[in-house]
Amino acid sequence: MHGNLLEIHGLHKRYGSVEVLKGVDCNVAHGEVISIIGSSGSGKTTMLRCVNMLEEFEGGTIRIDGEEIGYATAGGERRRKPEKEIARQRALTGMAFQQFNLFPHMTALQNVTLGLRLVKKMSREESQALGETWLDRVGLLSRKDHYPSGLSGGQQQRVAIARAIAMSPRLMLFDEVTSALDPELVAEVLQVVRSLADDGMTMLLVTHEMRFAYEVSSRVIFMNQGRIGEEGNPKMMFASPKTERLAEFLKSSRFD
Amino acid sequence: MGYTLNFAAVWRNFDDLLWGLGLSLLLAAVAIGLGCVLGLVLAFGRVSRSRLLSGLAGLYVTVFRNLPLLVLVLFSFFALPQMGLRLSKQSSFVLALALYSAAYLAEVFRGGLLGVPQGLREAGLAIGLTQTQIRRSIVLPIMLRSVLPGLGSTFIGLFKDTSLAAAIAVPELTFEARKINVETFRVIETWIVASGLYVVTCSILAALLRQVEAKLAISR
Ligand SMILES: Nc1ncnc2c1ncn2[C@@H]1O[C@H](COP(=O)(O)OP(=O)(O)OP(=O)(O)O)[C@@H](O)[C@H]1O
Ligand SMILES: [Mg+2]
Repeated sequence: MHGNLLEIHGLHKRYGSVEVLKGVDCNVAHGEVISIIGSSGSGKTTMLRCVNMLEEFEGGTIRIDGEEIGYATAGGERRRKPEKEIARQRALTGMAFQQFNLFPHMTALQNVTLGLRLVKKMSREESQALGETWLDRVGLLSRKDHYPSGLSGGQQQRVAIARAIAMSPRLMLFDEVTSALDPELVAEVLQVVRSLADDGMTMLLVTHEMRFAYEVSSRVIFMNQGRIGEEGNPKMMFASPKTERLAEFLKSSRFD
Repeated sequence: MGYTLNFAAVWRNFDDLLWGLGLSLLLAAVAIGLGCVLGLVLAFGRVSRSRLLSGLAGLYVTVFRNLPLLVLVLFSFFALPQMGLRLSKQSSFVLALALYSAAYLAEVFRGGLLGVPQGLREAGLAIGLTQTQIRRSIVLPIMLRSVLPGLGSTFIGLFKDTSLAAAIAVPELTFEARKINVETFRVIETWIVASGLYVVTCSILAALLRQVEAKLAISR
């Protein structure tokens, strides 16, 4: 087996003429929990979206268990892989979004089982059983027949996480999953993320919850203007930042 | 004036009116069904990233929305046979109304497609769905629910447009009414009853569509 679960090498991404990622290198071992912090516009979301091929990127490679994601290079020519292949690769990673993005015309359970049926080709019974297991895991089995509009933001986000994790991804990507929530709903969602981390799930999580990042991460990455400004274990980094940038960023962040 | 209304002659021929109404409904149903399928394809074409597809779909919509339906009906009935496509009166009318309705329905559907949040498509992509699966399981059902109110009034408008089939002697409601008018000379009575049938039918259709809409509404 390959050493690292995720290997990002020389990742470059531009929107039009604006270079947003300017060469990101990052290796993630199995079971690592990595928090990505950094000021607004530094490229955190973009980096996650590239890993899940929600964005195209112009330079660099992303590998999951050694398999190149999204592009194939043959004879010096770089080509986007066929859509079907990219869809399969996307299922290797799960993603939870800031805005939950639950399918509004489906119940909580249907949200979770859709991918199981269409992508994993499970039978109805099989997918429902697994869907219920995961809804139970996030504490929402009793709400399985509710539509998203009948759930609180925290509940919606927990369903969204169940939907992603039920696909048994090798890697979970969380993009500020608590930013759109009322303060009193943040804890229930972080609790779910923490329990997944405790189970050994490999994850990259973009967060503004500094205390949470401090507590759950095996490593913290500080993004700064499209590059990794600094990385290391949270205790060292938060106690003694090596760069001026990180020191400033930490000073402006709240730890509560 | 001293004109007394006398509906007796119209009631004697009421059966013909009802058969005409039945045919009107059938023509509308088939044409709208075909129009919906074509309209959906056009709508997906218009919002597609391919310049060629969206251009072609846009051209179609522009052409067919700027043609009077009567012209289209006459073209289909008189000109197509000259071009080697021979259809019955009914079929040529259905073809005209289907092509015409597709242009309007495409616009309704396009509005709905643009309203489906991009984040939902991305959520679909993120769990590994293909574009086709996303269109079928996510975009289409959400879009249909959101356009249902607009769709209802479009359907009713198209049903009323079936009266133009009288121009090529398709025996639908308007044609039957004109026949009774000519045969019985009960001009006012005939057109009062025919109008009543249109109004009642459209009201019932509207009520039915509202029920469907309520049943499918997303919020709960
Ligand atoms: N679709 C887009 N088109 C053009 N520019 C974009 C697009 N998405 C992001 N950007 C730009 O790319 C840069 C990085 O954005 P990104 O969303 O990755 O930042 P972020 O670190 O996630 O910020 P935040 O903390 O606000 O979420 C920003 O300058 C942003 O304006
Ligand atoms: Mg972001």
